This record gives sequence, C-alpha cells and structure tokens, in this order.
Amino acid sequence: MNSLILRTASRFLLILLFQFSIFLLLRGHNDPGGGFVGGLVLAAALTLYAIAYDVRSMRRFLPCRAQTIIAWGLLAAALSGVWSMFKGQPFMTGQWAHVYILGLDLHLGTPLLFDIGVYLTVVGVVLIVIMSLAEEVEEDD
Amino acid sequence: MNSLIVLPILLPLLVGASCVVVWRYVAAQRILTLAGSIVYLAVAVVLLERVASEGIQAVQKGAWIAPFGITLVADMFSAVMVATTGVVTLVIVVYSLGTMDRAREAWGYYPLFNILIMGVSGAFLTGDIFNLFVWFEVLLISSFVLLALGGERAQLEGAIKYVTLNLVASAFFLAAVGILYAMAGSLNMADLSQRLGDVAQPGLVTTLAILFLVAFGIKGAIFPLFFWLPASYHTPPVAVSAIFGGLLTKVGVYALIRVFTLLFLNNVDYTHTIILWAGGITMVTGVLGAVAQYEFRRLLSFHIVSQIGYMVMGLGFFTPLALAGTVFFIVHNIFVKTNLFLVSGVSHRLHGTYDLKKLGGLYRAHPWIGMLFLLSALSLAGVPPLSGFFGKLVLIKAGLGIEQFVLVAAALGVSLLTLFSMTKIWAEAFWKPLPDGTAVKAPGGGMALLLGPIVTLAVLAVVMGVAAGPFFALAQQAGEQLLNPESYIRAVLGARGGS
Repeated sequence: MNSLILRTASRFLLILLFQFSIFLLLRGHNDPGGGFVGGLVLAAALTLYAIAYDVRSMRRFLPCRAQTIIAWGLLAAALSGVWSMFKGQPFMTGQWAHVYILGLDLHLGTPLLFDIGVYLTVVGVVLIVIMSLAEEVEEDD
Repeated sequence: MNSLIVLPILLPLLVGASCVVVWRYVAAQRILTLAGSIVYLAVAVVLLERVASEGIQAVQKGAWIAPFGITLVADMFSAVMVATTGVVTLVIVVYSLGTMDRAREAWGYYPLFNILIMGVSGAFLTGDIFNLFVWFEVLLISSFVLLALGGERAQLEGAIKYVTLNLVASAFFLAAVGILYAMAGSLNMADLSQRLGDVAQPGLVTTLAILFLVAFGIKGAIFPLFFWLPASYHTPPVAVSAIFGGLLTKVGVYALIRVFTLLFLNNVDYTHTIILWAGGITMVTGVLGAVAQYEFRRLLSFHIVSQIGYMVMGLGFFTPLALAGTVFFIVHNIFVKTNLFLVSGVSHRLHGTYDLKKLGGLYRAHPWIGMLFLLSALSLAGVPPLSGFFGKLVLIKAGLGIEQFVLVAAALGVSLLTLFSMTKIWAEAFWKPLPDGTAVKAPGGGMALLLGPIVTLAVLAVVMGVAAGPFFALAQQAGEQLLNPESYIRAVLGARGGS
C-alpha cells in the first residue's frame, strides 16, 4: 500500500507495539497478558509494517527464518519443563529464584521461560501464515 | 518422582524442534531423527519393564495434584502401546531414510514425523480426557500435513476426505468432552470413572458414551464410519502409509478401549453390545471391500478396517480373556500391517507400480522378498504358528466363552476371506509371470534400508507366534488392569481413590 501516513506511522507503531508486546509478555506473569497475546501483538505490528511497505522489508527485522523462531520457541518451552526434572520434581513444576538487579527484587521462574517460548512460537506461526499469504498476493501483482 | 513417563512425549518434541532448527541440513535431520527414535525405543522398553515389575506409573505434570492438574499415566496397556510405537517408529525411520524423496525431506518430513510420534505417545499416556483431545489434534494436524506433503493430485484428494472426516470427529469429541465436564465436573479420567457412577441422569451418560463411540469410531475407522480410510491411506509415500496404516488408526481404537473400560461402565449391556456388533460388521465389510481391490495399498487399507473390527469386537466381548486378546491382537496387527505396507513399497521400488495386475514374478526374481511377504500375510490371516493365530485364537475362545456364536463364525469367515485376499496378492504380485510392458527397475542403492525393517518386523511376527507366552502374559496383565479400573484410579488419585 502506498500511503505516506501509514508508512510513517507504522515505523513508530512498530517500536511502540514491540514494547507493548514485551510488556504484555512480562505482565502475564501475575495479571492478564502473557506470551500468546504478546506474540500476537508483535506479529500484528510486523504485519502492519508489511502492509505499509512490503513483506521483504518486514523480513529485515527477523533475525532468522520464521520456522527457526518457532523451533526456538518450542525448545524454550520444552526446556522450561525439563528444568524441574533435573531436580527430581515432576515435569513442568515451576522453579523460582529471586534475582537482585539494580536494587530490584526480581522473582524469576521457569513459567516465564515457558511464556517466552509461547511468545516466540506465536510470532513465528503468525508470520509464516501472513508471509505465505502476502507473498502469493505480491507475486500476483 | 517418575519422569520416565514424560520422555516418550518430550523426546520427539525436542528432536522435532531441533530438526526445524537445522532445517537446511537434511542429513542432520536424518541423524537426529534416527538417534531420537533409538532412544525412544530404549525409553519405551524401560517404561514397559518398570510397569511390568512395579505396577501402574503416574506423574502429575507441574506437581498439580490430580484431579486438578494433568496426569500422565502408564498402565500396562499404555506401556505396551508405547513400546510398540517405539519399534514401529524406529523401523519406519530407517525405511524413510531409504525411500523418502529429497523434496519431501527438504520440506519438513522429519520434524512432522517426530511431532506425529509425540501426538501418538501423548494420546497413549495421558490420563486426562481433554488432554487426550489435544494429543489427538497434535497427531491429526501433523498427519494432515504428512498426507498432503508433496501435493500430488491423488494425495490432495485423499487428504481432503481425511481432513474433513477427522475434523467432524474432532468436533464430536470436543462436544462430548464439554458435556462430560458439565455433567461430572472433572476431566481427569480416573476421577471421572468414580464420578460417573453416581451421576443424576444415567441416560445422559449413555448418550454421551455413544457420542464418544461416534467420535472414536470415525477416527478408528469403524463401520459405518470407515470410508475415509481406504480413500486416503494409499496416496502418500509408503513410509507414511505404513505409519498411518499400522499405528494411527489404532490410536482411535486405544481411546475407545480406554473410555469404555474406565468411564462408561454403568450401562455395559447396552453400550458394549453396540460396540460388539459394530465390530462384527466392521470386520465383515472391511474384508469384503478388500476382495474387490486390485491396488496393493488400497487392498491393505480395507484390511486395516477389517482388523479394526476384531479389536473392537474384543472390547465388545468385555471379558478378561477378550481384552487380553485385543491387546495382543493390536500389537500383532501394528507390526504385521506396517510390514505389509513396507513390502508394497519394495514392489513399487522394483516395478514402479502398486497395481496388482501389472505386478508379477516377484517371487521368481526375489524369493526372499516373497518369503518375507508370505510370513506377514499368513500371520495377518491367522495361520499357526504366526502371531495372528494366537491373537485370533484368544479372541475366538473368548467369544465362545460367552456364547457369541454368530460373531465367532463371522470372525472365522473373515479369517478365511483374509487368507483369500492375501493369496490374491501372492498370486498376482509374486507368482504369476511379469506381464509385458511392466518396467523392471534396478533396485538402486539403499535396498538394505528397505529390507532391514521388513526382516525385523517379519521376525517379530514369527517370535510373537512361536514364543507367544511372554507377550501374552503382558497382554493378560493389561487386560486385567483394564477390567479392574481400581488400580488405575489408585495410581492416579493416590489413597483418596480407594474410598
């Protein structure tokens, strides 16, 4: 789509929505939010960018192929479950630790890792769907 | 705690995801998958041994206490099924190395295959009915893609039928789970087993049971819901056909046996009679359908339906002997059916066709392949001393024990017809001279990758027959556990289950 307004806006929105998606991911720990919705927001932001420009310029933001993002997401989620097995607890038992950084008391645990896995998987899946559809349309043009 | 039960699910997931990471390096995917399936088999055997020696194993995922969390349970039946999956997986992976074409390998055959195995293991091991639904979806979605991967015309036609029918079945399944939850307030199967006994409306439970029967009936290909199976199973590459034909429909049968031995026991006379007759008719229609076929794999597909009938009939008899026979028969059938598909792949490799009329002379050119086929085919028909004989013997004995003479007669008749149609394959593909105009291809490299799996499975068919004792002892243990759900419930719910 050739719209100056959309193009300019989508660049700012991309950054804002990316931050928002990270916010949602972390917020999901105790409040509504989480990896799934966070991943959807990021994928939506990238899709918006792809609509404003084209799929190829959107692809620049991806560090690797979308399939690989899914794979790392799955591995992260699986790993979060395996962690507890090494401590002799059942699969997927939450493991927690308090981390002190910059005077903050961070309560980190494997559910966050699981959520990050979900986040990555959702981003990857949505992008694959969008890209396969969009590229078909772009080839037709 | 017992993390062994998680491994058959976790392992294929890790291998599958790693395969996607090394997407561009097919050789690495092959090695990962092969190594993964060897480890899987080892884990499955250890699990089987553990269950045999220590009884039913259960683990509460995330340490959420049952019935609130998701429980994984390995009773004898589950453990046997997982071990069988391990054998078939390894065999099919080796066979795939020799037969799968580059394009399919490059487009994610190995990741999909691993996810499929994850779904199958999950379905066998879960103790939660909604989780069972999820695992069914996992295995179905990967099987959809495996079936359509390659995009040949026949494949897509088969895939559309397969996908549509299975989605309908999933909708039934999901609706049934929803109603079940509304009625009993639990999804944990052990917990449900206790609660369904004193639900206010027993009529509704029976209705629900039939809803589950329809859902699993479609997935397991029971009369009159089987027609999607022969329409689709002969279209993908042989390795995929073999794992679908050998393993996948049996997951439906497994689920059927699980819910009708654990959950729906308050109107056994009604529900299990329906199951019994559905099994009988499935048996007969399947084999009659096979008689008319002249496509190698289509013929075998109709036999899948027919054999499913035996298993379902065993569930319908609902005696300890019959259930033991069913478990034994399922394992035997998975090995033998997979093997017959693998043999059809060899004939395709040698002559480039699955059409029995165009095949011929295989016995003269390759006597060993003929013998390997014959072992599996006779075992399928139930000729002593091969594995099929004992499976059928036990089922028939169980049928005679409760005086179901009509069904016993049907089962025997179906055996004869099975023998007849196996003889047809033998006469057409192996015995008659090669018709003019059929190509003779050089076998090409990697024949050992094709024959190794076939020999392994044929040997298993012989061993399960000649030394049936230990195998049948396991099946008997499985049958007893299925008929006495108390031990299952106790393993899941702990001491509370005893009340």
